[in-house]
Amino acid sequence: MELDELYQDMILDHFKHPRNRQELSDEEVLVDEENPTCGDHIRLTARVEGGVIRDVRYDGKGCAISTASASMMSERLIGMPVVDARKLIGEFIALIRGERESAPEAFGDLVALEGVKQYPMRVKCATMAWHAVEKALGKLGV
Amino acid sequence: MATEPAECKAIGCSACGDRIVIPGSRVMDPAKIRSDFPILNVQVHDGKPLAYLDNAATTQKPSSVVCALCDYYQFCNANVHRSLHYLAEQATRAFERGRERVAAFIGAPNVRSIIFTRGTTESINLVAHSWGRKFIQAGDEIVLTEMEHHSNLVPWQLLAKEKGAVLKFVPVLKDGTLDQEAYRKLLTPKVRLVAFVHVSNVLGTVNPAKEMVAAARAIGAVTLVDGAQSVPHQAVSVADLDCDFLAFSGHKMLGPTGIGVLYGREALLESMDPFMGGGEMISRVTLKESTWADIPQKFEAGTPDISGAVGLGAATDYLTELGMDKVHAREQELTRVAIDALSAVPGVHIFGRAPERSGAVSFEVDGVHPHDLAQFADREGVAIRAGHMCAQPLLRKFGVPAVARASFYFYNLPEETDRLIHAVVKAKEFFAHGTR
Repeated sequence: MELDELYQDMILDHFKHPRNRQELSDEEVLVDEENPTCGDHIRLTARVEGGVIRDVRYDGKGCAISTASASMMSERLIGMPVVDARKLIGEFIALIRGERESAPEAFGDLVALEGVKQYPMRVKCATMAWHAVEKALGKLGV
Repeated sequence: MATEPAECKAIGCSACGDRIVIPGSRVMDPAKIRSDFPILNVQVHDGKPLAYLDNAATTQKPSSVVCALCDYYQFCNANVHRSLHYLAEQATRAFERGRERVAAFIGAPNVRSIIFTRGTTESINLVAHSWGRKFIQAGDEIVLTEMEHHSNLVPWQLLAKEKGAVLKFVPVLKDGTLDQEAYRKLLTPKVRLVAFVHVSNVLGTVNPAKEMVAAARAIGAVTLVDGAQSVPHQAVSVADLDCDFLAFSGHKMLGPTGIGVLYGREALLESMDPFMGGGEMISRVTLKESTWADIPQKFEAGTPDISGAVGLGAATDYLTELGMDKVHAREQELTRVAIDALSAVPGVHIFGRAPERSGAVSFEVDGVHPHDLAQFADREGVAIRAGHMCAQPLLRKFGVPAVARASFYFYNLPEETDRLIHAVVKAKEFFAHGTR
């Protein structure tokens, strides 16, 4: 696999222009995750109303893969019912870890991140934001 | 020393045989040297020659070290200090010869002051446990620096918490050196221990260890030097440093993983409690209580890493035959080439500009995260490290969560720096313009 398959245009675009990323105030931070192997860091907040995710925002520092993954995650989950979001989070993490063969059709753009599964050392980069949002939903009790 | 057994010699055992080591007898010829390290000649990622620039993490092993391990297991293997049979004597001899070689390599007065551990981390934890728990009291101060590896920070945090002791830190200045003036001010009568890294694994800074030890000893503090990044790269003598403890790892100096060393001043080691309890470390055991073996066995509970000691002995032989002065000079040359070349690339920032520095070169590239850079370098066959380098507080001080690090050893080539630069430029362009 060549590197431009890992770093697809879609990923570079999200890396350079991360969606829904902004400095959070300490009060609104729901989850603060560090990747202890590399020092990357994400803080995340989410808002759920009537069983639907209305907002996901985050800040922190990370590599192209982790930044793009957080951006694509937020874009995808906003507006999604929590039940569907939890299912998607599980499927996404399983795909990146190589625990499932291929991406479900509903993945859409997210398949751009599938190449990460060829690089075991980068799996945590791609899944960090997804673990963070899963924890945030847990904290919100939804 | 006993006569060498004929059987062993006949099969060419390098583990228990008395090989004659002539200091400085090996020539610093890059081609010859690299032929001693088969792994340096492998190809990765579809035929790219490997450029191994991750030597601060671990070094590669010459054939002589691998063969010593192999010979030990094939011809010498038995448990040490126990049985009375032929192989047990050979194994004990091979193990203790490893200790003798390590003692000689760091100028230790005798072998009793050399304790085998799993590595630098365990060596420091041993001191924190066996010396710290016995002698550190509430309100005592422990002086560390802001550039410590987690292994010379976390054990002291644990101890300080348990004992109510206070940790103080020598600040790091912008150029990557320690604030020596601040250090002197921290040396109050409350200080019981000064523990610091000799050479920074991130900044490459070589700290003035001898002067720092002398200042600490002048106020009666015990001193521990973390030599993980110094002992492999320059001549280090405990007699010259005059420190109380020196900790280092075998695998960062051509030896196998799983073996490390704690040098300790004999009187201190005698005064300390054991580290772990078990076989080997005892003298007399009853159901109610036990007495301890003499040093160093007091601190070596259980069956030790015998082959590791043999391998480390072979590693010190290799380095001695090269000569640590030549190792150091070659590395200085390679480091200078790398720093000059990296500095010439726009957007590259090097961390650590100490006048005296070692071959660990950490840097960042504008617009490229260190992970992505390491991925690009890897694709070119260039192995570097990216991350926090087990020094999170230091990186935080420099305002970055992660850095990229190229680290050199005497077997590297200047051409390998060219290939690193090529990868850096390629990554920079890729993330600036994308694939098209």
